[in-house]
Amino acid sequence: MKKFILDLIVKKNETLNNQYSLLILTSTEKLPEILPGQFAEVRVDNSPNTFLRRPISINYIDYEANELWLLVQIVGDGTQKMSELKSGETLNLVFPLGNSFTLPENKDSKILLVGGGVGIAPLLYWGSYLKERGFTCNIVLGGRSKDNLLQLNEFNQFGNVYTTTEDGSHGEMGFVTQHSLLKSLHFDYIYTCGPTPMMKAVAAYATEKKTFCEVSLENTMACGFGACLCCVTDTTEGHLCVCTVGPVFNITKLKWQI
Amino acid sequence: MANLNINIGKLQLKNPVMTASGTFGYGTEFSDFFDVSRIGGIFVKGTTLRDRQGNPYPRMAETPSGMLNAVGLQNKGIDYFINHILPTVKNIDTNIIVNVSGSTINEYIETAEKLNSIEKIPAIELNISCPNVKEGGMAFGTSCLSAAQVVKAVRRVYKNELIVKLSPNVTDISEIALAVEAEGADSVSLINTLLGMAIDSEKRKPVLSTVTGGLSGPAVKPIALRMVWQVANSVKIPVIGMGGIMNAADAIEFMLAGASAIQIGTANFIDPTVSIKVVDGINDYLDRHGFQSVSEIIGALEV
Repeated sequence: MKKFILDLIVKKNETLNNQYSLLILTSTEKLPEILPGQFAEVRVDNSPNTFLRRPISINYIDYEANELWLLVQIVGDGTQKMSELKSGETLNLVFPLGNSFTLPENKDSKILLVGGGVGIAPLLYWGSYLKERGFTCNIVLGGRSKDNLLQLNEFNQFGNVYTTTEDGSHGEMGFVTQHSLLKSLHFDYIYTCGPTPMMKAVAAYATEKKTFCEVSLENTMACGFGACLCCVTDTTEGHLCVCTVGPVFNITKLKWQI
Repeated sequence: MANLNINIGKLQLKNPVMTASGTFGYGTEFSDFFDVSRIGGIFVKGTTLRDRQGNPYPRMAETPSGMLNAVGLQNKGIDYFINHILPTVKNIDTNIIVNVSGSTINEYIETAEKLNSIEKIPAIELNISCPNVKEGGMAFGTSCLSAAQVVKAVRRVYKNELIVKLSPNVTDISEIALAVEAEGADSVSLINTLLGMAIDSEKRKPVLSTVTGGLSGPAVKPIALRMVWQVANSVKIPVIGMGGIMNAADAIEFMLAGASAIQIGTANFIDPTVSIKVVDGINDYLDRHGFQSVSEIIGALEV
């Protein structure tokens, strides 16, 4: 897929809570095709401590409205600056980068999406993509408390949504992998993105059930397109770049699963 | 439009702007962004005799105005390069230069020999300055004796343009430059990264898996500029300058300090099109100051 460097225009910057912002970007030209699971390298201006671009998952694409959504968790100066962008300002993106999730073979496949924290970002676009193609998804979203559960209304459009919180403030109490749905249903395809311990727990569940499972990794990176070799993960084929071979990996390929 | 052509020994450049090893892949990674054949040359990823997996993740730490890396020369080895990568890059109409590294002098020799007869590769850059590998690399580049030994050995077998990439992690870089010049280096390139370190205070752990790593980016530019100036005033062979170049003004500073050509490294990660902007920016500068040729600004610093 051809990669672009574009100044996108901030159409709307929605503060979801004190930790998360949703940036809705648009362009004067038609946005290029982007696959679910791909990401952008975002240049953060006016932030002296932010030297490198920030890899951010594509949260959602609305081709009709020519919108690209980025879900931003405020973790440092760079993401803080991104959360302060105003409508009409521009943001420079290198995109689309990376691979995408694998489409299930049969329409009646039992599909589970598991997301935690800002890791839910790529799953929204993936959920919409699956729904558009006639697949049905079960979606389990987890967070420390209800404040960490984001975009529930959006996810509800694309599948059956279940939640867990560690403090029990929303949905079932506990971790995503402890949700009763995982005990009662059998799945054919599992896709997950979130904190590494969560993804490892999901991968362990999938391995035990012998289920196809893909994880989306978020290693720190410098370039985002395979030049610097900084973001590698250890796999059965040796060190592979998360930015070009991933970010989506089948768990059978990852060393941390074995 | 000024004349941007520059010769580094036998190496003919259409302009003095090249990309640094380890920051530009094999060039093809950037072909979506601009016509990479417009730059003077591409120094491909550090290549060793055999396949290297590099260091474990994490290999990178962002720093004020720069970054630390500890990639550790991950590459698939010289044979893989020749058989699988070269066919994909040989149609890029610019100089493709291989950065050669090794753990022993014999590895340097064997790798260089394999590149001797390859028409598309007009030069090699001998990497005696990688700070991220346990053996070889910087160990060769931090003493005059070992730097001279490896250059002497490679010079005996390698016939084309031999560029030696110097480490800044030394007391006097000019001494090393003189030592490699005496053993037949055709030119020197500098600086490689500066040895640095980053700590995660919350975890009380180093950020990099290797604890230390190589610092690059604008943070190192003043040091690089000083070293280029010192080396250019010491040796007779051409100097290729690099270290934190982010734009045409930075590149021109290196040339004024005595560099015949420059390499752009870390900036490629932030603006993948930076190198072509630097080419255009140098041309604008030359026109603005009434220079006919870029060669007129080499070492033109008025002290």
